[in-house]
Amino acid sequence: MTTAEIAALLAEPFGYGFMIKAIAGGAAVGALCGLLSCFVTLKGWSLLGDALSHAVVPGVAIAAIFGLPFVAGAVVAGVFAVGAIGFVERNSLLKNDAVIGVVFTAMFALGLFLISVFPSNLRLTTILFGNLLGVADADLWQVAAVGALAVGIVALKWKDLLLFCFDAGHARSIGLDTRLLHGVLLGLLSLAAVAALQAVGALLVVAMLITPGATALLLTDRFGRMLVIAPALGALAAALGAYASFFLDGSTGGLIVALQTAIFFVAFLFAPRRGVLAGRRRAAAAAEAAP
Amino acid sequence: MSSTDPKSGPAPVVRVDDVTVAYRSGTVALEGVSLTLDRPSICGLVGMNGAGKSTLFKTIMGFVEPTRGKVSIGGRPVSAAQKENIVAYVPQAEEVDWTFPVSVADVVMMGRQGRMGFLRMPGGTDRRLVAESLARVGMADFADRQIGELSGGQRKRVFLARALAQQASILLLDEPFTGVDVRTEEAIIAILRDLRAGGAIVLVSTHDLATVPAFCDSVAMVNRRLVAFGPVATTFTEANLSRAFGGTLHRFLPGHGLPAGPDAAAARGLALGAAG
Ligand SMILES: Nc1ncnc2c1ncn2[C@@H]1O[C@H](COP(=O)(O)OP(=O)(O)O)[C@@H](O)[C@H]1O
Ligand SMILES: [Mg+2]
Repeated sequence: MTTAEIAALLAEPFGYGFMIKAIAGGAAVGALCGLLSCFVTLKGWSLLGDALSHAVVPGVAIAAIFGLPFVAGAVVAGVFAVGAIGFVERNSLLKNDAVIGVVFTAMFALGLFLISVFPSNLRLTTILFGNLLGVADADLWQVAAVGALAVGIVALKWKDLLLFCFDAGHARSIGLDTRLLHGVLLGLLSLAAVAALQAVGALLVVAMLITPGATALLLTDRFGRMLVIAPALGALAAALGAYASFFLDGSTGGLIVALQTAIFFVAFLFAPRRGVLAGRRRAAAAAEAAP
Repeated sequence: MSSTDPKSGPAPVVRVDDVTVAYRSGTVALEGVSLTLDRPSICGLVGMNGAGKSTLFKTIMGFVEPTRGKVSIGGRPVSAAQKENIVAYVPQAEEVDWTFPVSVADVVMMGRQGRMGFLRMPGGTDRRLVAESLARVGMADFADRQIGELSGGQRKRVFLARALAQQASILLLDEPFTGVDVRTEEAIIAILRDLRAGGAIVLVSTHDLATVPAFCDSVAMVNRRLVAFGPVATTFTEANLSRAFGGTLHRFLPGHGLPAGPDAAAARGLALGAAG
C-alpha cells in the first residue's frame, strides 16, 4: 500500500455521517462521564454509579413506550432508586452495599421486563450493549444538552462539590447546603449514566464512570488537575474506540472500555510518582542510600 | 489585634437548653444538659470516655438531632450562625479520606470557602489568612504537601489552622491535645488565649485535667448528665471531679495540686477575672 492509500483508508470513517456522529457523541459522553468519575472515585460511589446505570433502565423503557425523552425517564428512575435505597437503609439493619444491590437489580429486572413485553423502538441489545454507531440525532442532542448542563454546573460549583466529597461535615458547618449538593451530584450521575447507556450499554457504563477518574488519580495529587485529565482521557478513549470499531467491526462499547483500561494500566505502571515502577525505583534508591 | 482574630465581632451567646440525645442504638448519650456560654472565654469540657463530650459538640453543630431540648446561637438556630461562618468545629478524629488529592493549603483554604463569592475564587485576604493560620500552628513549611503525607499530630494542626482561617467567633475543639506533643499543646493553648482576647468563645474538651485550671476560665463536667458547670475556681474541685469521674479519678489526676476550692485556686494565681 502506498502512503496515500493508507491515508485514504484511515480517513474513510470520516466520510460517513454516522461515524462522525459516533466519534463526536462518544467524545462528549466520554468527557461527561470522565468529569463525574472524579467525584465518583473520590466519594467512594463506584457501586452507586453501577447501580444508577442499571436503575435508569426502567425509566428509559417507560419513556420509550410513551414516546417521552429518555433523559426525563432516566432522571426520574435515578431519583427513585436513590430514594428507595435511602428508605430501605434507614428502616433496616442491612448494610449500604446490600441495599444498593437489592434495589438496582430489582429495577434493572423491571426494565428488562418492560422492554421485552411492551413494543417500542427500544431494543434490548441497545440497552445492554449500547449502539453508538446507530445513535439517532434526537438522542445525540439530548446527550449534548445534558453534557453542557453538567459541565456548566461542575465548572461553576466544583469547589463546593469537592468540599462536600472531602468533608461533608465541614461543608455543613460553613453553611453549605449539603443535601442540595448531594442531590445535584446524584442527578448529574443519573444524567451521565443515561448518556453512557446509549454509548456503551448498561453493562459497561460503570467503567466510564470510574476508570478515567481512577487513572487521573494515578497521574496527579491535585483535584483541579484531575478535573481536566479525567474528561480528556474519557473523551480520547471514547472517540478512538468509536473510530477503531469502524475497522475492527467489533463492539464499540467493548472497544471504548478496553481502551480506557489500557490507558489505566499504562498509568498504573508508568505514572511519574504514583506508578508501580516509580515506587520500585524509590524503594531501590532508598535501599541504596541506606548504609 | 492580630488579623486572624474574629472579624464577626464579639461572639453571640451559645445556649444549650435541656438537651437529651439518644442514638438509634438506644444509647442515651446526654440527658437534660443545659449550659450557656455568654462571654469571650475558654470553657473546658471534661468527662470520662463515653461521657458524651463528642456528642455534645455534634449536637451543638446540628449533626446530631437532640431528642429533647434545643441549641441556639445568638437566640437563633445554629444553622443561621453557620451560614454566617461564625462557628468553627474541629472534630476529635477527622473522618476524611487521607488519600484525597488536596494539599495542606487547600484544606486550610476550605476554612475560607464559606466567605468567598459564588465561584469560590480565593482573594488576597483569603491567601494571606491561610498562610498566617498555617504559620500559627507551625505548619507553614508543609503547605504544598498532600494531606496524607503528615503525621497524626500534624494533621490535627492543619484542621486547627482551617478553623483559624475561618475567623469564627465560636470555636468547638474536640480533644485537640490528644496525640500531640507538649510543645504543640502549649502552642495550641497560646492560640486559644489569643482567640479569647479577640472576643471568641472557645469550648474545648480534654483528657488532660492537669492543664484545665491553667488555661480554662470555666469548666463543664459531663457524665451523660451535666455534673457541674461554672468558673474553674469554684467548679474544678475534688468533689465535683470525683462525681464526674467516679472511681476512675485517680487515673486522670496529676500527683498533686488540685485546688480543693476557691481559695486553693486563688492561691495558684488562677483568678477567673483574668478572662474578663
Ligand atoms: N454514632 C453513635 N451511635 C451510637 N452510639 C454512639 C454513637 N456515638 C457515640 N455513641 C455512644 O454515646 C456515648 C457518648 O459517646 P461520646 O459522645 O463519643 O463520648 P466522649 O466523646 O465523651 O468519649 C457512648 O456511650 C458512645 O458509645
Ligand atoms: Mg469524644
